[in-house]
Amino acid sequence: MAANDATVAAPPRVSLRSPFGGELLSRGVVTLWLSVIVLIPLAAVVEHSLQDGLGAFWEAIKEPEAVAAIKLTLITSLIITTINATMGTLIAWVLVRDEFRGKAIVNSLIDLPFALPTIVAGLTLLALYGPKSPIGANVAYTKAAIVLALLFVTLPFVVRAVQPVLIEVDREMEEAAASLGASRRRIFRSVLLPNLTPAIVAGCALAFARALGEYGSLVLITGNIPFDTQVASVYIFGRIESDAPTSAAAVSVFLLILSVVLLFALNLVSRWSSRHANG
Amino acid sequence: MRMGEGRLQRYGLRFVALGYLAALLVIPVTIIFFRTFEDGLGPPLEAITSPDGQHAFWLTLVCVGIAVPLNTIFGVLAALVLVRQKFRGKAILNTIIDLPFAISPVVIGLALLLVYGRQGWLGPTLIDNGIQIIFSTPGMVLATIFVSLPFVVRETMPVLQEIGNEQEQAASTLGANGWQTFWRVTLPAIRWGVAYGVVLATARALGEFGAVSVVSGRISGETETLPLFVENEFTNFNLAGAYAAAIVLALLALVVLFSMNLFKRKETEA
Repeated sequence: MAANDATVAAPPRVSLRSPFGGELLSRGVVTLWLSVIVLIPLAAVVEHSLQDGLGAFWEAIKEPEAVAAIKLTLITSLIITTINATMGTLIAWVLVRDEFRGKAIVNSLIDLPFALPTIVAGLTLLALYGPKSPIGANVAYTKAAIVLALLFVTLPFVVRAVQPVLIEVDREMEEAAASLGASRRRIFRSVLLPNLTPAIVAGCALAFARALGEYGSLVLITGNIPFDTQVASVYIFGRIESDAPTSAAAVSVFLLILSVVLLFALNLVSRWSSRHANG
Repeated sequence: MRMGEGRLQRYGLRFVALGYLAALLVIPVTIIFFRTFEDGLGPPLEAITSPDGQHAFWLTLVCVGIAVPLNTIFGVLAALVLVRQKFRGKAILNTIIDLPFAISPVVIGLALLLVYGRQGWLGPTLIDNGIQIIFSTPGMVLATIFVSLPFVVRETMPVLQEIGNEQEQAASTLGANGWQTFWRVTLPAIRWGVAYGVVLATARALGEFGAVSVVSGRISGETETLPLFVENEFTNFNLAGAYAAAIVLALLALVVLFSMNLFKRKETEA
């Protein structure tokens, strides 16, 4: 298939009649749907956040409770991204390179956090790590609970990003390194890791973005205590409930810019490193 | 593998990976199953068959039943447009489709509130004309559509790219019209990719909490989906009800997980 790509790349331009009317029409329908569902509502948030001017926008973000919530969100998101980078890569390695009974089941379990509703995720974590914990590990209503819930919902990102790359990686390089006397550690760091880095970074970017906005899994387990366990999304929810949509919109826009810029930056990094790895 | 030390390392890594998954996923989910049926089948059954529970179940199905088919049609169409057409602004369109992944569900709810709510752009006009979107089913459907929008597009695009358009061109040269080409050539080739996207979209739509919570007003028996029902039961100290509804959602998640594996396999076989 891949070998054919070069020849397929520039097909003779046969005018293909689109099944949905003309090209222009189908393009128009897609743009309209995106505008109505996504763009117009988001524009409303941006407009509302600037309703009382840029000064009021900054005031809303500089509110101590908002600053604390944003800080907590950033710190916990960074923590879970780091843990995911390590544990995600490790799990992917075990799933690709190791052989044991029940591996197929473990492999399909990885997607469970994508399939399980977030509120159920919070409830299940509370069952093991809450006040009625059967192992006496009660972290409910603490910052650790936030990290735990975020780790649960972001688990698949790095694993699923690294796994296909690890399957494709040429093992000859590793074998060559081993025959030249390199230690396993050395082989991993100098041969395998450079190949995996773009995938790890991509998975981390998705995990980080998800963590920034996560809400459902945190509602039950964190207690939402201002200045302590209240993350940004919960703060925004509180602002909406107390009928302060302008301040909710301001923090939302801040969060929005942050995740979009970060996704973009990490995208660049992964593109750079993949070019670097091949060069 | 060559020496004992390597095997030890391998066992160590396996132990860490499986231990992590057990502590984070398997044990908590298992405990929920035990807790639910601790006092027999009675309490969970009672909670789930209560009028509010029943209503939450049906409302969830309504939201999923509207959002997923619409996003499937949109998704296939958008994938065709993005893969098969060349036009200015394509990169921007491509980026916008990913936005629902990058945005907090709460912000999505707020966005809908600021368009259709009492203080929103269209809200006052709509409300004057007797059309209630926020704190009612249409708003919840809109929220569900928003959060589940990218899945079908994202799963269909790579498959479309891979199959190329030679067969479509051949069909077209042989005199097939656009619809015939789509139904007989394109769709059969991309169906498992589409199915995979539909499953992911369904999972997300079933479980959506934040966005729906903001626009619903959380009125028991009226604007409460199953995930909202779980939270409501929990905060009202009705643990049996919360666990029972959570089990229903977890079982649906297992069905989703099973379908994901099935469709992924079919996709790679095809």
